[in-house]
Parts: sequence; C-alpha cells; structure tokens
Amino acid sequence: MQEGEIHIEHKEIREALFSVTDPEIPVLSVLEMGIVRDVQVENSKVHIKITPTYSGCPAMDTIAQDIKFAVDGKGFETEIELVLAPAWTTDWITVEGRKKLEEYGIAAPLESSLDKRALIDGERIVKCTNCGSTNTEVKSQFGSTACKALFTCKDCLEPFDYFKCLK
Amino acid sequence: MEKDNLYQYLLMLGDNSMILGHRLSELCGHGPTLETDIALTNISLDLFGQVRSYFQYAAKLKGGDSSEDKIAFLRYENQHKNVLLVEQPNTDLAHVFTRQFLFDAFHKLLLEDLKTSKDETIQAIAIKSLKEVDYHLRFSAQWMKRLGDGTEESHAKMQTALNHLYPYVYEFFRATDVEKDMKSQGIGVDLEKIQKSYFMMVNDVINASTLTIPETKPRQAEGKIGRHSEQLGYILSDFQYMQRAYPDMVW
Repeated sequence: MQEGEIHIEHKEIREALFSVTDPEIPVLSVLEMGIVRDVQVENSKVHIKITPTYSGCPAMDTIAQDIKFAVDGKGFETEIELVLAPAWTTDWITVEGRKKLEEYGIAAPLESSLDKRALIDGERIVKCTNCGSTNTEVKSQFGSTACKALFTCKDCLEPFDYFKCLK
Repeated sequence: MEKDNLYQYLLMLGDNSMILGHRLSELCGHGPTLETDIALTNISLDLFGQVRSYFQYAAKLKGGDSSEDKIAFLRYENQHKNVLLVEQPNTDLAHVFTRQFLFDAFHKLLLEDLKTSKDETIQAIAIKSLKEVDYHLRFSAQWMKRLGDGTEESHAKMQTALNHLYPYVYEFFRATDVEKDMKSQGIGVDLEKIQKSYFMMVNDVINASTLTIPETKPRQAEGKIGRHSEQLGYILSDFQYMQRAYPDMVW
C-alpha cells in the first residue's frame, strides 16, 4: 500500500466508493483521488471522512452527496464528515489513479521540485498527454479547475491540462 | 458571543478573503485573455473556499442558528473586518494585479505564521490555504514583473496603481485589540514579526519590476475595526442582494 492509501475492510463499501468519481475528472474514483480519508463501520452505520483537494473545490458537496448515495444504496446509514487536516496532497493520488489521469488527457503531477521548474522556470519537462513529447510549454498556471494548469505541446500543437503538484 | 475575540478574529481572517474573492469574481468573463480570466476566478474560488472554512468554524463557535451563510450575507458594513486594500475597485488590470500582489505577500506570511497557531482549526485552515496562496503569489508577482518591466505604457500604469495602493499596506500591521489578544494567546500572528519580511519581499519584487517604491505616507485605514471606504457599501449591495431580497433563500 502506498502513502495516503487507506484500507477499507468492508468489500461492499469499498466497491461503492470505487463507483463514486470526481465530477470534474469522471475517470477517477474518490479512492484513487485520495479524497476518502477514513471509513468506520459500526453495524449498519458508516462514518466516512473526506478531505477537499482545494479549499474552494466546488465538487466537494456533490462528492459528499454521491458517496452517501452510493453507500446508503448498499443498505447502510452513512454520515460524511469533511476534515481539513492533514491537508490533501497530490501524493495521495494512487498509482492507478495517475495512470487513469494520463489516459484521460491530464498530465499527472510531477514531484514538487520538478513541478516548480516546469511551472515557474518554464522548463520543458511535462509530457504531452497526446503525443508524449516533452517539448511543451506552460500557457497558464491556472487551468479549467483550481487543481490544474494549462499547457500546450509545441510538437503536436495540442493543448492539455497538467495536474498541479500540491504538497 | 459577538464580543468573543476568537470569533472576531475569524471574521477578520475570513473577510479579507471574502471581499477580495468578490472583487475578483467581478472580473469573471471580463479578463483580458481567457487564461487571465480563468486564473483570477480560480484565485477567487480558492479564497471563497478558505472563507467557508473560517466561517463554518465561526458559526460553530457562535452556536444557535448561526451559519456560514448568515455570517457571509447578513452583516452590515461596519461589522466587516477586512482591510481597505482588498475592497479597492478593479480600476484597471494594473490595479487588479498590484492589489493582488500586495495582499498575496501578506497572506502568505500570515498563513505561514498561523501554521503554528495554538488553535487546531485555524492551524488546519492555514496549512491547507498556504498551498493555494503560494500559487496566487507566484501569479501576481510574475505579473508585477511582466507589466512593470514591460512597455512604457504598462510601466506607467503599474506605477500609478502602486502609488495608489501601497499606502494601504500599512494597515495590515496596525494591530487591533483583538489581534493583540489573539497573539498573546498564541492563536494569532505576530504582526510585528511579519512586517519586516513583508516589506523585504514586496520591495524586492517592486525593484525587480523596475518600479519605484512610493514615498507616500501610510493611509488612514481602520477596516479591521469596521470603518470602511465607500467601496464596501457598493460591494455589499451586490454581494448580499439575494439574501436581502429573498431572506433565508437556499439553493
């Protein structure tokens, strides 16, 4: 198990959570995003702790509702709690999650020091999700959602999103 | 409870983000390019996210039927504790970027200090928010340099904006009774301590932007105790419109 991954013993609940995705990135489940921080089961009562990626993430309320709906659907009574500490980091996106991000067309976050070199110094190290070239440039440090930056590939000329490193 | 210093301190922290967040939201769809438009509204969103955390906590402290929405939408002008800098209008992009930069630099230092606050909730909000504010500061500092050290016209506009907005920054460091009490309890920041770092950081960027540090005197400003410029009234009439027109409405 990697850092940030949580262990959920209850198979039905784990499956229910796997079916819930971030509405902004519909290929990633809330487990792969690392948003679900803790699951406590007591008979038919489930207490789930979730944490926001960014403070203002507008998807949080929907995600909480979707989780409740999915887990309640398995015959549980679910309570969702939003926790702020410890703060979410992109390190909690699972290996599988990173792969899915890339396939979806969002470049997965680089580690912190490389991220700074890519976003601030304009170093060409972020790989284009379309053609794989690293001949890419940052267009804007802010993208279509708070968690992403906007890049363009100089080789295939396609624009693409990069998931910013948050640590 | 209204007089409780922690509650007042949370309003102070939240109001800066809320009013600046609203100012930035006014630019939604009006940015000069799509990228800048999105960046400014992204920053606005981060700030509103932070406000929600502060006000949810404040509502919990106050108890009763208090809620984050009531705190945000149902206070009068003199009950707002933000500094005057953040309520200044979006005169032009030079003002938008300069206002943002002067605030971001303070915001970063403030949150860095709040990371060790004795209040666990404030500490958690600070750790979370700091990651976001790092991006804000990178963005605004970069625009200071790009436009300050840009064309003759962009330079002139940036200098005008700086001359207008710089006198407001001194207000950050004039500690109110609430802030003094919070500091002594180990909950709030030591403003004196961050003042030095602030001017060093800000003046470095101003110099790198080839702009001149204004020699103007500090401006009379007492937003933190509820005395505001005329700007706040206009902001609130827009910001609070729905709750005032349709009391207690929910989505």
